Amino acid sequence: MKLFRSVMVAALVASVAPTAFAGKPIINGAGASFPHPIYAKWAEDYREETGTRINYQAIGSGGGIRQITARTVDFGATDAPLDAERLTKEGMIQFPMVMGAIVPVINVPGIEAGQLRLDGETLANIYLGKIKRWNDEAIAKLNPGLKLPRQAIYVVHRSDGSGTTFNFTDYLSRVSPVWRSTIGVNTDISWPAAATTIGGNGNAGVANFVSRTRGSIGYVEFAFAKQNNLTYTQLSSADGKFLQPTMETFQAAAANADWANAPGFKLLLNNQPGADSWPMTAATFILMHKDQANADKARTILNFFEWSYEKGNDQAIALDYIPMPDSVVSMVSELWKSKLTTVNGEAVR
Amino acid sequence: MSTLTLPRRPDGDTLFFRLSFTSAVLILLLLTGIVLSLIDGGWMALSEFGPGFVFRNIWDPVNGEFGAASAIYGTLVSSLIAMVIAVPLSLGIAIFLAELAPSWISQPVGMAIELLAAVPSIIYGMWGLFIFAPWFSDSFQLWAADNLVDLPLIGHWFDGPPIGIGLLTAGIILAIMILPIVSSLVRDALKTVPDVLREAAYGVGATPFEVVTKVLLPAIKNAAVGASILGLGRALGETMAVAFVIGGANRIETSLFMPASSISSTIAQQFNEATDPLHISTLIALGVVLFMLTFVVMGFARVLLKKKR
Repeated sequence: MKLFRSVMVAALVASVAPTAFAGKPIINGAGASFPHPIYAKWAEDYREETGTRINYQAIGSGGGIRQITARTVDFGATDAPLDAERLTKEGMIQFPMVMGAIVPVINVPGIEAGQLRLDGETLANIYLGKIKRWNDEAIAKLNPGLKLPRQAIYVVHRSDGSGTTFNFTDYLSRVSPVWRSTIGVNTDISWPAAATTIGGNGNAGVANFVSRTRGSIGYVEFAFAKQNNLTYTQLSSADGKFLQPTMETFQAAAANADWANAPGFKLLLNNQPGADSWPMTAATFILMHKDQANADKARTILNFFEWSYEKGNDQAIALDYIPMPDSVVSMVSELWKSKLTTVNGEAVR
Repeated sequence: MSTLTLPRRPDGDTLFFRLSFTSAVLILLLLTGIVLSLIDGGWMALSEFGPGFVFRNIWDPVNGEFGAASAIYGTLVSSLIAMVIAVPLSLGIAIFLAELAPSWISQPVGMAIELLAAVPSIIYGMWGLFIFAPWFSDSFQLWAADNLVDLPLIGHWFDGPPIGIGLLTAGIILAIMILPIVSSLVRDALKTVPDVLREAAYGVGATPFEVVTKVLLPAIKNAAVGASILGLGRALGETMAVAFVIGGANRIETSLFMPASSISSTIAQQFNEATDPLHISTLIALGVVLFMLTFVVMGFARVLLKKKR
């Protein structure tokens, strides 16, 4: 009986304890899994500094859009931006939060990280199944100094729906008219049957197949390639210069993007102009409703995002994300001022 | 003398009857509710593609063209492979444990098999992807590419890239997953066979092999088929383990080495990131299809069972 009582007391204490934080609001967000590490890091640092708790659930972009549309969360997050029409229809605003880069990774005997040069068209033709061996003329032409084996190419892709696939296929569509007309762009596509394809579950699945399948090529987020020591390739920029995937070339892509003329900030950063712009760079977006029922809560959310833009850059770079340029941050700040209102029609900011 | 009246407690009995009746009805209501909400969610896709949805072999989220044929094919073939491997193995395990093994072997092995049943399916998936697939690729697929491809009739089953995943791997992982359930049910059934039968059989001079095949197996035939149906049900609906090792390609290929997809793995892998309403509706409609498929396969197995009786 004594034991029972002490267990009950412990349970009671445990159930009451979280309400000790009740004075500080709890913000709930859900969506894309790609920015989850940095959102979680920002949320943790922000809670230490201010006591405000931010919960972010990485349930996928589609889930994030569904939940914010149904107003079950305070903000949604998506890798594939919604178009301006849909934003108006749902009464939502959208803004870019942070950026990441996608790199091709390969497993070809004798070729080290950063050695192989690829351009967009060749990459598309590999994924289309038109280029079937590593010593194909198209690859050899780009790599005069490299010894390429007569090895069959295995194409690795994400088997789960993914924002990474969305951005990768968007890039291929921009550089290959054939890809655009026959395959298209989506979080999940019908992969060309002419190529020998392998589907990996998540970044980890793709990395696993690429690292152990000789002759394979895949695409992963840069952070993942770096942390797992995968053999990434060079890629040619829109202006034709071969680039290594580095923070400098990613930032160049972000700086050259024309955010000012993108309605709803719907801008895919692939194949941006500029000789040093890494061609597969992508922003990830936050969705919020224009009319905020709780003005205090809305301000708390914006404070967190503002803090992340201003003080979160070091954490982002440490996790291999690319911070938004200042010019974009001030545009986002303008958007908050002009579009977010309380139910009475007052501005939130 | 007063007439003897039996003590009656109608209230307790009625309550008991009502409680158990409610529980039974609740299950039916729940099942109907799930089916109806699935049909409601998948209605957009079902009305768009019509009954031909199950025969359409196309999966193109970009252009909004969907069909269930490739997923149904993947589900049926991977489950069939699992049954072909798991049922004979389970019978062997069960017979050994119940009839032949001394108790110092049968007890630990029996417990190990029950532990296998308790392993979460995601563990099977990750083990399958990271441990089994590389081994399978090196030690079976490369050999098969040299030795099995030229076989008549079945050679093309093994004609594919040696990448370690695909229909065959999914079937093998499924077999390992349904092994415990089938073998422990069959073992328990064997234990219920009266010893008199065994003793009589041995008494007339039957060998252990004859006792098992002529006396015990016929006696537990129904239980064994029932256990296999339960295993089949698990194989048809298994999601996470299959999603990891089947390869996620919505295509129909005759090669068992090629990546494919099952109904449940398609739903699990695409639902989170699906944004197009038709795509979402199609995935829910796939749930309806899986429901019907399981119903048909189970019903078919039950009819077989009745005929054998």
